[in-house]
Amino acid sequence: MKYGYFPGCSLKGTGRAYEESLLPVLRHLGVELVELEDWNCCGATAYMAVDEGKACALAARNLALAERGGFQQLMAPCSACYLVLNKTQHYLDESPAMRRKVEGALGTVSLKLSRQTPVRHPLDVLLHDVGVEAIRQKVTRPLSGLRVAPYYGCQVVRPYATFDDQANPTSMDQLLKALGAEVVDWPLKTKCCGGSLTGTLPVAGLRLAYLLLKEAKKRGADAIATVCPLCQFNLDAYHDKIAARWEPVRLPTVYFTQLMGLAFGMPAHTLGLQRGFVPLELPAPTAA
Amino acid sequence: MANGNGNNRTSPERRPRIGFYVCHCGVNIAGTVDCAEVARYVGTLPGVVLSRDYKYMCSDPGQELIQKDIAEYKLERVVVASCSPLLHEHTFRTAVEKGGLNPFFFHMVNIREHNSWVHTDRAEATAKARDLARAAIERVARHKPLETKRVPIKPVTLIVGGGIAGIHAALTLANAGKQVILVEREPTIGGHMAKFDKTFPTLDCAACILTPKMSAVGAHPNIRLLTYSEVVKVDGFVGNYKVTIRRKPRYIDEEKCVGCQDCISACVFKQPKFTDEFNEGLGKRKPVYIPFPQATPQVVAIDSNVCLNFRNGPDGSRVVSDKCKKTCVEACGDRNAIDFTQKERFEEIEVGTIIVATGFQAFDAKRLPAYGYGRYPNVFTALEVERMVNASGPTGGHVVLRDGKTEPKTVGIIHCVGSRDKKTNRWCSRVCCMYSMKLAHLIKEHTHAEVYNFYIDIRTPGKGYEEFYNQLLDEGVHFVRGRVGEVTDWAITPEEEGKLVIRVEDTLAGVVRRIPVDMVVLATGLEPRSDAQEVRRLFNMSCGSEGFFLERHPKLAPVSTFNDGVYIAGACQGPKDIPDTVAQAGAAAAEALSLIDKGYVEQEPNTAFVLEDECSGCKSCIPLCPYSAIQFDDARGKAVINEALCKGCGTCVGSCPSGSIVQNLFDDEEIFSEIEGVLAYE
Amino acid sequence: MKEIQRTIKYEADRVPGFGREVMSVPGCEKLKDCIQCGTCSGVCPLSIYMDHSPRQVMALVREDFKREVLSSCTIWLCASCYACTVECPQQIRITDIMYELKQRAIQEGFYPKRFPIPVLAQEFNRMVHDHGRISEGRLVTKLFLKTKPLEAAGMAGLGMRLMKTGRFSLKQENIRDRGDLARIMEAMDAPASGGNGKD
Ligand SMILES: Cc1cc2nc3c(=O)[nH]c(=O)nc-3n(C[C@H](O)[C@H](O)[C@H](O)COP(=O)(O)OP(=O)(O)OC[C@H]3O[C@@H](n4cnc5c(N)ncnc54)[C@H](O)[C@@H]3O)c2cc1C
Ligand code: SF4
Ligand code: SF4
Repeated sequence: MKYGYFPGCSLKGTGRAYEESLLPVLRHLGVELVELEDWNCCGATAYMAVDEGKACALAARNLALAERGGFQQLMAPCSACYLVLNKTQHYLDESPAMRRKVEGALGTVSLKLSRQTPVRHPLDVLLHDVGVEAIRQKVTRPLSGLRVAPYYGCQVVRPYATFDDQANPTSMDQLLKALGAEVVDWPLKTKCCGGSLTGTLPVAGLRLAYLLLKEAKKRGADAIATVCPLCQFNLDAYHDKIAARWEPVRLPTVYFTQLMGLAFGMPAHTLGLQRGFVPLELPAPTAA
Repeated sequence: MANGNGNNRTSPERRPRIGFYVCHCGVNIAGTVDCAEVARYVGTLPGVVLSRDYKYMCSDPGQELIQKDIAEYKLERVVVASCSPLLHEHTFRTAVEKGGLNPFFFHMVNIREHNSWVHTDRAEATAKARDLARAAIERVARHKPLETKRVPIKPVTLIVGGGIAGIHAALTLANAGKQVILVEREPTIGGHMAKFDKTFPTLDCAACILTPKMSAVGAHPNIRLLTYSEVVKVDGFVGNYKVTIRRKPRYIDEEKCVGCQDCISACVFKQPKFTDEFNEGLGKRKPVYIPFPQATPQVVAIDSNVCLNFRNGPDGSRVVSDKCKKTCVEACGDRNAIDFTQKERFEEIEVGTIIVATGFQAFDAKRLPAYGYGRYPNVFTALEVERMVNASGPTGGHVVLRDGKTEPKTVGIIHCVGSRDKKTNRWCSRVCCMYSMKLAHLIKEHTHAEVYNFYIDIRTPGKGYEEFYNQLLDEGVHFVRGRVGEVTDWAITPEEEGKLVIRVEDTLAGVVRRIPVDMVVLATGLEPRSDAQEVRRLFNMSCGSEGFFLERHPKLAPVSTFNDGVYIAGACQGPKDIPDTVAQAGAAAAEALSLIDKGYVEQEPNTAFVLEDECSGCKSCIPLCPYSAIQFDDARGKAVINEALCKGCGTCVGSCPSGSIVQNLFDDEEIFSEIEGVLAYE
Repeated sequence: MKEIQRTIKYEADRVPGFGREVMSVPGCEKLKDCIQCGTCSGVCPLSIYMDHSPRQVMALVREDFKREVLSSCTIWLCASCYACTVECPQQIRITDIMYELKQRAIQEGFYPKRFPIPVLAQEFNRMVHDHGRISEGRLVTKLFLKTKPLEAAGMAGLGMRLMKTGRFSLKQENIRDRGDLARIMEAMDAPASGGNGKD
C-alpha cells in the first residue's frame, strides 16, 4: 500500500505530534507514505475567504504535484487540507470555466491536472484499506480501562467525505475499540472546536472548546481523541484561558494515531506525546 | 376481421374533398400563430375545398360548423388544427360522425402544446403550423374507414388495499349492487386510520366512525374480502382482467373461526412476547393473535415465524415441526378452526375494473440522525404516539416515556420530518401540521404537559382546519417557527440536565433557542410504499417522480390512470387526509360504476393485423409484444394478433422483417405521406 | 432602557442587483430556493454570537441589502464547519455563500479596521503567496501585533510554552519553487480568457 503524503503546514508546526505518531504507526501496518515533493499550503479556510480562484489554484498545484509524482492516491491527515483538496476537486468538476483557468495557470509551470487523484484521510485508509482486524492483530498493549471520547470535528466528515456518516461517524470508534479502549458515546463528535476563532475571537471560539471538554469530562472520558491538528490545539492549548473564563476542565486531547502507537507498544516520547500540555495518563495495566 | 377494419388498403385514385379548420383557442394559439394566414395557406393545397379559422372549434357552434360544412361542401375528410388530441380528438371525431362521415376520416393537428405554447416567434410558429397542417392534409387523404369495437365489461371490481380508501370504495360499489373483491395484505382491513384514536379537525373518535364501515365490509353480501392476500399477476385489458391472488396461510380456517380468541389465552406462551406491528412495536403479542379488538374479519392469525409449532426448513422457509403442545388447538376444540396444514394458495379471479388503494408508509425517522430517533429512547414517532393516546393501545391510553410509566412534563413536536427536505422527501405531506396539532391537543389533554410545535409553515387548508389551529393557540400550545437543527441529550445549563435538548432558531423572535423537553415527537411525512414500483408495474400504471401513483390528469382525471379501467384512490396517489381520501375513493367507485353500467368499452381501432400471405412465420414479433397479444397459429404457420389485447403500440410493426404487420391509422402509406407533407418546404 | 433605534428599511437602502449577482456565482445559485426555515441557524455553532443569523443573511442577500450583509459580523464568525450546508433542506451551500460574502467584504473594504478575522485571512494569504507555506508562529505573532497589540504580551506565555514543547517557531518555512507558485498566481490574476465563472 503506497500513498502520496500531504502533511500540510500544521503537521510541521503545532501539529508535529500528529506526524510523529502517524508515520511510525502506518509504517508498522505496512502502509508506505511518500511525502509530496515541494508541496505548498492548501490554503485552508482563509484563502477561500479572499479569492476563490487563487485558493483553487493553490490547492490544485498540490494535486498536480501528486499526479507528476505518479501517486494513485493522496493522503491528507489534516482535516482542513483534506477538505480543501477535496473541495477543489469538486469545484473544478462543477465549474468548467474555473477548471480551464486553473489548468491554464498550472500549465505556465508545466504542471498538469489530467486525472482525479483521490484524496483520503488516514481514518478512511486505516478502516477500509488496512482493516480493523489487521489493526487489532498489532495491538500488544491494549488500552483497556481507558475511556476515550472520539472527536471527529467538522471538516473531516462534512461535506464531502463519503467514507463515514456525516451526522454520526463511527470509523474512529471502531478503531479505538480495536485498540481495547472504551468508547464514550457523546453527541458532540462532529461539533465545531472553534477553528481559528479561538485566536481571533476568543469569546466565541473558546466557548466551543470549553463545552467540548466539559461534556467529554462529564461523560467520564479520560481523554479526547482527535483527527485534526487544529482541534487538538484548541482543546489542548487554552486550558488556562478556559479556566480563567469559565472553570477548569483539564482533560488530555491526543491524536488517535498516538493512541494507536501506544497500543502497538511504541514508547510515548516517539509518538510526540510529550508535546501536549495536558499529559495523557494510562490506567495501570490490569493483570489479564 | 369481423368489423372490416384493415382490409381496405387501396389508395384513392382521386383526391377526396378535404375541409380544414384552424382554432384560435382564444389567444392560446392565436396569440402566437397567425391563424388567418394558416387558413389561407392550407386553402391553396390540393384537395382542400374549404379552409377556415375559428375562435373555439371545440365549442358547440364549432362542432356544428363542421357538421354543416360536411353537408354543404360535400366534404369527405376533415382536419382540425388545435390542441392536443388527448383533449378533443374524441369531440371532433364525434362531430365528423354526426356529419355523416366515418369518424376516422378525420385527423387532428396539435398546434397548441406542440407549437404556440412552446414558441415565441410569431413568424416561425406560423410557419411550423403551416407545415404540420400540410402533413395532416397529405395523411388524411389516405385515411381508410375504420370501426370501433365494443367489448363487454365484467361487472366485478377488484379493490387492492383495505384502508379507509379501499373500504369506502368497496361499500359504495357494493351498495350500488355491484360485486367487489377486496384484497388486503394484512390480516385485517382498516389501514392507518385503524391505529388512530381521534381524527382532526373535529376530533371524532376514529374507531367510532371506522369500525362500523369495517364490519359492513365484512358482512356485505356483495363484497368478497380476501385478507392476508396479495395480487401477484394481472393479465387482460379493461373490462376483462384476469388477476392472480396469492393467499398467505394464516393457519386458521376463516369460515370456522368465530373470533372467540380462546386460543390466544391458551397459547403456550403465557405472556405476549413478540413485537406487535399494529402497535408500532410499543406492545407485544403472542404467535396467535388478532391485531386489535375490532379487526375485520374477526379471525385470528398464527405467525409462523415465532410459533413454536414451526421450524426453519432447508430453504429458510418455515415448516411445521409439530413440536408444540398445541394448547391452542385444544382450546379451539370442536370449532376446529386451527389448521397447521394450510399452504400458500393462488387463486385466479376475473374482474372488469380495478381500484388501487394501497396507501402510504410513514417516513423512517432513522434516516435523519440529527433528530436522534433510535438513539434517544424518548424520541417517538407520531404513529407511536397515536397508539399511546388510544385507549385500546399498548399503554391503555397513557402518554408515557419509553420507561412505560413516567408522564412527560414538556413535549416538543417537530414538524416536517422527512417532508419539504431535498435530502429525503421534497414534498409537503399535507397532513402533518394538522395531525401534529391533534397530537399536541391530545398530549396536553392526557398529561397537562407544556407542548411545543416546531414548524416551518403551518398549513391548514381545509374546512375547519384554521379554526382548529386557533383552538390550539387558545389552549396555550407553543408554536415556534423554525425547523429544528438537532435533538441531543447534551445539557449546557442546569435546567437541561437529564432532558432532551432541542436547538432551533425561533425565526419569528429572531433568536436561536435551546429548549429542554422530556419527550420529542417526530411528525414523520407520508411517502410511497416501498413496493410501489412493483405494484405500479403489476397494474401497468405510472408513478410521478416522487413515486406516488400518477393520475391521468391532475385536475380533470384525478382518479384515472393511463391504464383504462384501473383507478387509484387515497394516499397511494399522494399525501392526503381522510376527508380527501374518502372523496377520492367515492370518485374512483363512480368511475368504475360508470364503466360497468355502460356495459361495454369501445376500443380504438388503431390495432395491428398480420397480412397472412406475407407472414413468413418467423415468430420474431411474438416475444416483443408487451401485451402478449400475438399468438402463433401452428396449423397455418402464421402469427395472429388478438385485436382485443392489442394496444396499438406498433412495436411488432417495426420489428417484422418481412413487413407483413400493418397497423390501422398508421399504415405505411399514411405515415410516409405525412412525412412527405411535413418536409415539403415551400 | 436601551437607546431606541430606527429599524425600518427604505428601498434606497437596497443595492438592486446585489442578490442576483451573488446568486449567479457557481455554488451560490440555490440561495434562490431558501424557505427561511432556520435549520442553518439551528445547527450553526456560532449563530449565538451573530448579529444576523445565517438564515437572516440569506434573506438579506436575496433582498439586496448589501451594506447590511457585508458589514455583518456573521460572515466572519462563520467557522466553515459546514453543519448548515449538510443540513439545509434546500441544499443551499451556505458555507460557500459565506465565503463569497467574505471575499466581497474584503474587496469592498467593508469590515472594521482592527477586526482580527479578515486581517488573519489576508495575512495568511500574503504569507502563502510569498512563501508557499504557513509558519504558524510568525502568522499569529503578526496578527496580534496588528489587531491587539496590547494583548500580544498576554499571549507570550502561551507562545513560550508552545516553544518549550517544540510547537512554536518564528522561522519562516518556504517551498523550493516559489517562482512557480508566483507564476501560477499571476496567471490566475490575468483577465480570464474563458471567464472564471464570476461576474
Ligand atoms: C400519524 C398520522 C396521523 C394522522 N391523522 C389523521 C387525522 O387525524 N385525520 C385525517 O384525516 N388524516 C390523518 N392522517 C392521514 C391518514 O392516515 C390518511 O389520509 C389515510 O390513512 C389514507 O388512507 P388510505 O386508505 O389511502 O391508506 P392506508 O391507510 O395506508 O391503507 C392502505 C391499505 O392498503 C394495504 N396495502 C398496501 N399495499 C398493499 C398491497 N400491495 N396489496 C394489498 N394491500 C395493500 C395496507 O395494508 C393498508 O391496509 C394521519 C396520518 C398519520 C401518518
Ligand atoms: S437551512 Fe437552508 S432553506 Fe433553511 S433558512 Fe437556512 S439557507 Fe434557508
Ligand atoms: S459553516 Fe458557518 S454558517 Fe454554517 S454552521 Fe458552520 S459556522 Fe455556521
